Amino acid sequence: MIRKTVDVAVVGGGPAGLSAALSAKKNGAANVLIIERGENLGGILNQCIHEGFGLESFGVALSGPEYMQRFIDDVEKHRIPYMLDSMVLEVSADKKIIVSSKEGLFEITSKSIILCMGCRERTRGQILTPGTRPAGVYTAGAAQNFINLKGYRIGEKAVILGSGDIGLIMARRLTLEGSKVLAVAEILPYSSGLPRNMAQCLDDYGIPLYLSHTVTEIHGKKRVEAVTLAQVDERFKPIAGTEKKIECDTLLLSVGLVPENELTRKAGILIDEQTAGAVVDEDLQTSIPGIFACGNVLHVHDVVDYVSLEAERAGRSAAEYAQGKEKKPQTIKTTPGEGIRYVLPHQLSADSDVKLSMRVMAPARNVKLILSDGDRVIKTLMKTRVNPAEMIQVTLKKNELAGCKKIIVMLQNAK
Amino acid sequence: MPNKKYVCIICPNSCEIDVEYSGKNITKISGQTCKKGEEYTRKEFTSPERGLTTSVPVHGGTIPLVSVKTSKTIPKELIKDAMAEISAARMNAPVKIGDPAIKNILGTGVDIVATKNVPKK
Repeated sequence: MIRKTVDVAVVGGGPAGLSAALSAKKNGAANVLIIERGENLGGILNQCIHEGFGLESFGVALSGPEYMQRFIDDVEKHRIPYMLDSMVLEVSADKKIIVSSKEGLFEITSKSIILCMGCRERTRGQILTPGTRPAGVYTAGAAQNFINLKGYRIGEKAVILGSGDIGLIMARRLTLEGSKVLAVAEILPYSSGLPRNMAQCLDDYGIPLYLSHTVTEIHGKKRVEAVTLAQVDERFKPIAGTEKKIECDTLLLSVGLVPENELTRKAGILIDEQTAGAVVDEDLQTSIPGIFACGNVLHVHDVVDYVSLEAERAGRSAAEYAQGKEKKPQTIKTTPGEGIRYVLPHQLSADSDVKLSMRVMAPARNVKLILSDGDRVIKTLMKTRVNPAEMIQVTLKKNELAGCKKIIVMLQNAK
Repeated sequence: MPNKKYVCIICPNSCEIDVEYSGKNITKISGQTCKKGEEYTRKEFTSPERGLTTSVPVHGGTIPLVSVKTSKTIPKELIKDAMAEISAARMNAPVKIGDPAIKNILGTGVDIVATKNVPKK
């Protein structure tokens, strides 16, 4: 085993990892190391060749690879070392990381660790789609990898289950590559992707979206031959008599993303079951001091720019921890109230301004977003529309937090 | 007054924009929250344009494909023809972001440019 000691170790070299590493370096951590499982830095954005990244950070719409290249160039400029083809097998509570790489097995001891492992797609097994098990069933991200990175033609006639953004982007991508997308089915009564992607990926190409529909059966022995779509009731149960069989050779699944927290759980870090990510304070520190989490491993984001910004915060905190900077106690607890699925971070200090990230449970129009401490309303924001697909961020000022013991966020009808 | 609804595709805010018009003229635009949204909607009403992203095979590179995009938006009705022309294009490594794969595609004055660096193998 090869032993190594660093100040800040970053697990994952995607959007969160690179931004966190750069921020740690810029905030005074001398010895930063990025550990990446893949062959290249950049993570999932290498295959996201469509545009729309960077509007928040750079004021221009970039493709995924262009967005990442800016960070990769910066990592090279600051001479931050990185390991590629290197799989982290274990992160322990005493901040030792076991890494398997081509050079052998490493044990890296770090003063602080930033978890940036991103998320994974939910698969057919997780949504229990009945039927045979032929070839031609892909997650949307796997299809994106095959088409955009390898140049494979994955199928001629496709049905997409789930209207998440990757599914919508892939509906357009398949159409451009000459395949026919026959339908997008969404089990919810509303799309789970951003409205702009509904407009430019489905409407532009006349691809029909079936809301409150799901795939009830997959047909075919060797290759997908057809899928059965059916309408569902309000409890998501298929309604008898609404089935229609669609002949196709490909089924894409865009049915949600789950933070990849196997390492986190194994380390004994506390997990929020709502986000499936770590419980964190405003420094993005987890329940183990010196271990931080940011990006999609903490909670699934809608826009990569917000991942980069969140990671900057984690990088700064990790650098400060590594330098032994004293930490303020964080005693204010945040809680999601009526209409809110989750609020992050979980604990606040009232020592500085803080940006809260949250998601609503269901789409709504003309609502009030209310932040209170249980007795007293601290802030009210009017929202003409809210959507679970979109993360909401609210900044609370230091003085607004003074004297609070908790923060409850809730939605209320404005009328 | 007849009206049309648009979803702005410029940024993730996805503003819903309402256009009132008479004949070929817009009489009122509402719902946008920025200048870009208004520009997009005016363009969308008269002559919609889109950016196009896809990929092109690359010879002698560390990876088999390089991602590309239109350097500017092109008329929406040309997307299919543009894809047909791009599917015949090839690039040679090394490729740098911004290198053209096709210049002046379909006489639009718009280039197809690389969005990824591909070093030589």
